[in-house]
Amino acid sequence: MKKKVIALLLATTMVFGLSACGGGGNNNQGGDNQSQSSTEGTDDADEGSGSSSGEKILSVQIGPDPETIDPALNSAVDGGNMLLHNFECLLTIDQEGQLAEGQAETWETSEDGLTWTFHLRDGLKWSDGSDLTANDFVYSWKRVCDPEVAAPYAETVLGMVEGYEKAIDGDLDALQVVAEDDQTLVVTLSTPCTYFGSLAAFATLSPVQEATIEANGDGWATKAETYISNGSFYVSEWVPGSHILMSKNPNYWNADAIKLDGIKFNLIEDANASYSAYQSGEVLMIKDVPTEEIPSLEGNDDYYVDPIIGTYYLSLNLNREPFTDKNVRKALSLAIDRDYVANTLMQGTYSPASNFMGPGWIDTDGTEFVENANGGKPYIDTENFEGNLEEAKKLLADAGYKDGEGLPSITYTTNDSGYHKVVAEYLQEAWAEIGVDLKVDIVEWQSFTPMRRNGEYDTARNGWVGDYSDPSNMLDLLCTTNGNNDGKFSNAEYDKAMEESRSTLDPEERSKALHKAEDILMEEAGCVPVAYYNDFWLQSDKITGSWHSPYGYWHFMYADIAE
Amino acid sequence: MLKYIAKRIGLAVVTVWAVATLTFFLMNMVPGGPFLSEKAISPQATAALEAKYGLDKPLFQQYLTYIGGAVQGDFGDSLKQRGRTVTEIILMKFPVSARVGGISVLVALTLGIPLGCIAALKRGKFLDSLISVVATCGIAVPSFVICTVLLYTFGAKLKLLPTVGLTSWKNYIMPVMALSFYPTAYIMRLMRSSMLDVLGQDYMRTAKAKGVSGFVSLFKHALRNAILPVVTYVGPMLAYTVTGSFVVEKIFTIPGLGGEFIGAINGRDYTLIMGTTIFLATLIIVMNVVVDIVYKIVDPRIKLK
Repeated sequence: MKKKVIALLLATTMVFGLSACGGGGNNNQGGDNQSQSSTEGTDDADEGSGSSSGEKILSVQIGPDPETIDPALNSAVDGGNMLLHNFECLLTIDQEGQLAEGQAETWETSEDGLTWTFHLRDGLKWSDGSDLTANDFVYSWKRVCDPEVAAPYAETVLGMVEGYEKAIDGDLDALQVVAEDDQTLVVTLSTPCTYFGSLAAFATLSPVQEATIEANGDGWATKAETYISNGSFYVSEWVPGSHILMSKNPNYWNADAIKLDGIKFNLIEDANASYSAYQSGEVLMIKDVPTEEIPSLEGNDDYYVDPIIGTYYLSLNLNREPFTDKNVRKALSLAIDRDYVANTLMQGTYSPASNFMGPGWIDTDGTEFVENANGGKPYIDTENFEGNLEEAKKLLADAGYKDGEGLPSITYTTNDSGYHKVVAEYLQEAWAEIGVDLKVDIVEWQSFTPMRRNGEYDTARNGWVGDYSDPSNMLDLLCTTNGNNDGKFSNAEYDKAMEESRSTLDPEERSKALHKAEDILMEEAGCVPVAYYNDFWLQSDKITGSWHSPYGYWHFMYADIAE
Repeated sequence: MLKYIAKRIGLAVVTVWAVATLTFFLMNMVPGGPFLSEKAISPQATAALEAKYGLDKPLFQQYLTYIGGAVQGDFGDSLKQRGRTVTEIILMKFPVSARVGGISVLVALTLGIPLGCIAALKRGKFLDSLISVVATCGIAVPSFVICTVLLYTFGAKLKLLPTVGLTSWKNYIMPVMALSFYPTAYIMRLMRSSMLDVLGQDYMRTAKAKGVSGFVSLFKHALRNAILPVVTYVGPMLAYTVTGSFVVEKIFTIPGLGGEFIGAINGRDYTLIMGTTIFLATLIIVMNVVVDIVYKIVDPRIKLK
């Protein structure tokens, strides 16, 4: 009797179980699907290198859902990677990191450096096939200044354009960006800006189509159908939280050079999930690699580490004792074993920082800024930690705190993500060596940012990843009035050097001024550089023709998939 | 019955209002804001953004504006996902979570109830012990462990199941397994103990004495009484499961609502915090009313007042 009951119960369970499965997909054939699953499973696993219809779709992972892919609104690097493939600015940055033509074929600067003229290519088109003219750039750049749009990068990219101050208050037509004809764009600056070319290649200044924005408002950049672009690819499908599928833009001027039919950006948020997807072959390139896997990946051909322009540094609150004393600041800086931090604690995903400005920043003559700094020598010899430590102890004694005696206990404030906590624990240990008692305060990110900005800390984690490769992008941070000057470093000489770099048109003089600024910063220990940022990622050797730039961008537009 | 439902709806409105009010003021007390970023944006841009979304107004006025809009069904624009309204986000993401969650609840019920019954009927036997062990595991093992093990085994190593997104029915298998593990185990345990309780009742003995067949007594008498605790549990469980799990959706890259709850709070996306909270609160209240009505159907002795 009981057996019968159990058998019946089990039977019902199975029936329900099957019908429940049916509700999920569009299969109602029950058991039949079971036999197909294994063969289909292997098909799916090959998805990374193309779809069944013979189209060449590259499947990659750069990050989770971007907050926005409106060029004017974006301020994040993952959004920037999307924009890079969807839009093309007047100019572009080539594989060597040099300025190259984009939508503009040629460009010139007036002798006083104030007038920039860009000549657009013939027959430029939007992804919907309509014509793109210089007027579209005028509209787009004015839109960036629109207070209603509230573009976070407005001041960075257009602050030096004549009429910007009026435009940002609402009088958009005051902005001196003029279309002389359909193919000529003239920009008048209020102060010379030798690196304006880099800004003309900056994603915020991408052209956007007036028609779609007028028709769809802010929502234009949230749906594939209304997201009109002008780059090598256009968004053909966007399922937020799942994927962004981009298709080759046949209207792009250089469409013949594009080999892929599409790129699928998988919006995977979890590093373990993206690693699984990479291992299964569903995705051919992943940016989010689980850090615990790094030791086993090092040395593999498909594991890449490449510098990006940016430095992980510590802010010392210069308004508080004892950081007002230069010797204390220098001692704290020298007591850090940067080689150990970058290569051991951070597993080589960072590089030890001997300067404030690391690799990737371009000097005025096109060479690496870091190579020319401090007469070609590093400011801090990261390979001689023992010597540095001795020097640190001596400096602290000079400041009147021999072996840390008399020094008040200080606090290090950081948020908890990535390696921040490990670094905090290390600092506690390292500074104890010179007699400094350090307390660590871990704060949630959203609370951390305003705390740091308002100077409510002793020492704090900080970092900057550059927007464009002109050194002023990072050196500006330490100017007295800069909004990102969290340590409140204020040095008249430094400000003067930076002012000089802004006003001069002579590349050599400008380079000198910029290097002088870094010299002062490092001599004064205005902040404590610890490590240079790198990108590290996994990429299958099936991908050919792609490159990674120090901006943190992966260029897949000219990539191909080897069979 | 109708009067009862009307009363419950009235009460529900008050509850949702209270939840909304509390959430509104609490979230504004937390430091930080939606327009903060590692790189400071210019004061003009911040001011313009705050003006655009009305965050420059006094808090109480913001509250009135919000409640006024919400009553008319306008939950505002998301502050972080610019260009999307809160309603749009919920309508876009909820169906995905509801589908995955709904299937998981069905699986949990169809596995949990029979297995719980079997365990009760086979009390003390091997099968009972086996089910108990599985149930204990199901309750003890956190979902991210289950997700990772599944992903590693079936995705990365065996390459049997796709790991990203929800493009085919095969994509549903791992998330559903991960999501239904805990409720299945819980229902099994609930069912087992309440079934044991019922089986020991006098009326079961009477039924047996009267010569009612085991099958009939089990389904007609025992199951109906024993299932009540499960019904109580399923209501809120359903509400939570269909609104999506943060962990499961994150690991399997499911474009559902689960991530929005956490994402909204971390990003201080005030309108989205409000929208998702009100949505979840409403859903839970509705499920509780439904549970009460189902009670009445299962057990006519219960009176709804």
